[in-house]
Amino acid sequence: MSVFKDAGHLFRFAGLFLLAFLVFLVVRHYVVPKSFGEYGHYRGAAIGEIAAHPAKFAGHETCEGCHTDETAKKMAGKHAHVNCEACHGAIFQRLPVPEQPKPSLYERLVALVVKPAPPDPPLLLHAEDPASVKPELPDTAVLCARCHTASAAKPKGFPQVVPAEHSNGLPCQTCHDPHSPALNATSLDATKQAAGGAK
Amino acid sequence: MNISRRQMLILLPAAAVAWKSVLAGTPEESPNYKMTDHWWGMLIDIDKCIGCGNCVRACATENDVPDGHFRTWVERYHRSDWPMTKSGEVTANPLIVPEVISPDGGKEGFPVATDESGKYFFVPKMCNHCADSPCTQVCPVGATFISPDGVVLVDQKYCLGCAYCVQACPYGCRYIHPTKEVADKCTLCYHRITKGLTTACCEACPTGARQLADLKDPNDPIHEFLKTHSVQVLKPQMATGAKLFYNDLDGSVR
Repeated sequence: MSVFKDAGHLFRFAGLFLLAFLVFLVVRHYVVPKSFGEYGHYRGAAIGEIAAHPAKFAGHETCEGCHTDETAKKMAGKHAHVNCEACHGAIFQRLPVPEQPKPSLYERLVALVVKPAPPDPPLLLHAEDPASVKPELPDTAVLCARCHTASAAKPKGFPQVVPAEHSNGLPCQTCHDPHSPALNATSLDATKQAAGGAK
Repeated sequence: MNISRRQMLILLPAAAVAWKSVLAGTPEESPNYKMTDHWWGMLIDIDKCIGCGNCVRACATENDVPDGHFRTWVERYHRSDWPMTKSGEVTANPLIVPEVISPDGGKEGFPVATDESGKYFFVPKMCNHCADSPCTQVCPVGATFISPDGVVLVDQKYCLGCAYCVQACPYGCRYIHPTKEVADKCTLCYHRITKGLTTACCEACPTGARQLADLKDPNDPIHEFLKTHSVQVLKPQMATGAKLFYNDLDGSVR
């Protein structure tokens, strides 16, 4: 037993060590997010949080549910593969962010480890409330020119024009229906009269 | 079109379910999405890109990307007919001298090119959602990761903003968000693809140059495309397992 004769200080030290370890476990339990390690070395809940962002582009399937006339016309024409929101853009309004309740002491402690992200501003989509979110008519002079202005850099087969020479300054929709842009004989005649012989 | 009462009774609930899935705001409301059933990537067809910048604008709108930073951007390459350096000396390697421009990331399109000589093409760029991504490996706190469905994401609540990942990405696809002061990058519109929508850039692309691809879906057209086309990834020598597949990519693209 002579080995343990003066070992009291070692036991005291081991006790302190054990206590420190317990404190470490308790602190760790509170500061490591619950879902950390669920799928790997990261916070599993982050996946759900990222997936919960609101979508602003409704997707062409949503538009086609109501705007059946335009869809039918578009599908028969050369812009069949151009989605609605490629030209019209995402149609939405931002709503004011609601007041956040004051964080509790515990929440403020957790915030030291996991930063509270500012909440996404709520959105009102045209697809959800067509009456209150009105789309603006796109300006064809800007819109059409983005794709169809002639440039040596664009693929050769893509239809391109020099806007100044092509339209005599008339807006594109004078002759072309953006939903089905190919000219038919009637619209061409009417246009020639209006424009005094556009190319 | 005549719809009988019986057909209407079947159609209406189906439409309601479809509408619900479109509007679903939280993952709990997307119960049909199983992460293990997907492995996301993207196909970019260089031949179809016209450099309109629709994708860059759509991405900025959808994801509130701050001005001057880009989750996706478009570069215009111009390879001259003669292998010359910019100072006019003839060089042995014709691949090293493309002129590359990307004014404001191509957000407002590109200036009209008048020089008919040489070869022009547009290269849309974004996160390659690498299967072995260097950026996720360097994160000291586990704030960036590859999700079980193959999307490289950033946990912005956990990120310290140390920017190791910004340096580690060989494709330059990450930046530090100026106000949030955390790493930000393309999420492959994770909030959209988990709800059955395509990404904002694919939705807005007028020529179909960008196609979202689910490599685990046997019916996805990507499989046929990869078999029948000459498809390349960026910097294959980095062995990052990039999942952004470029059709007809020029050898001069870096």
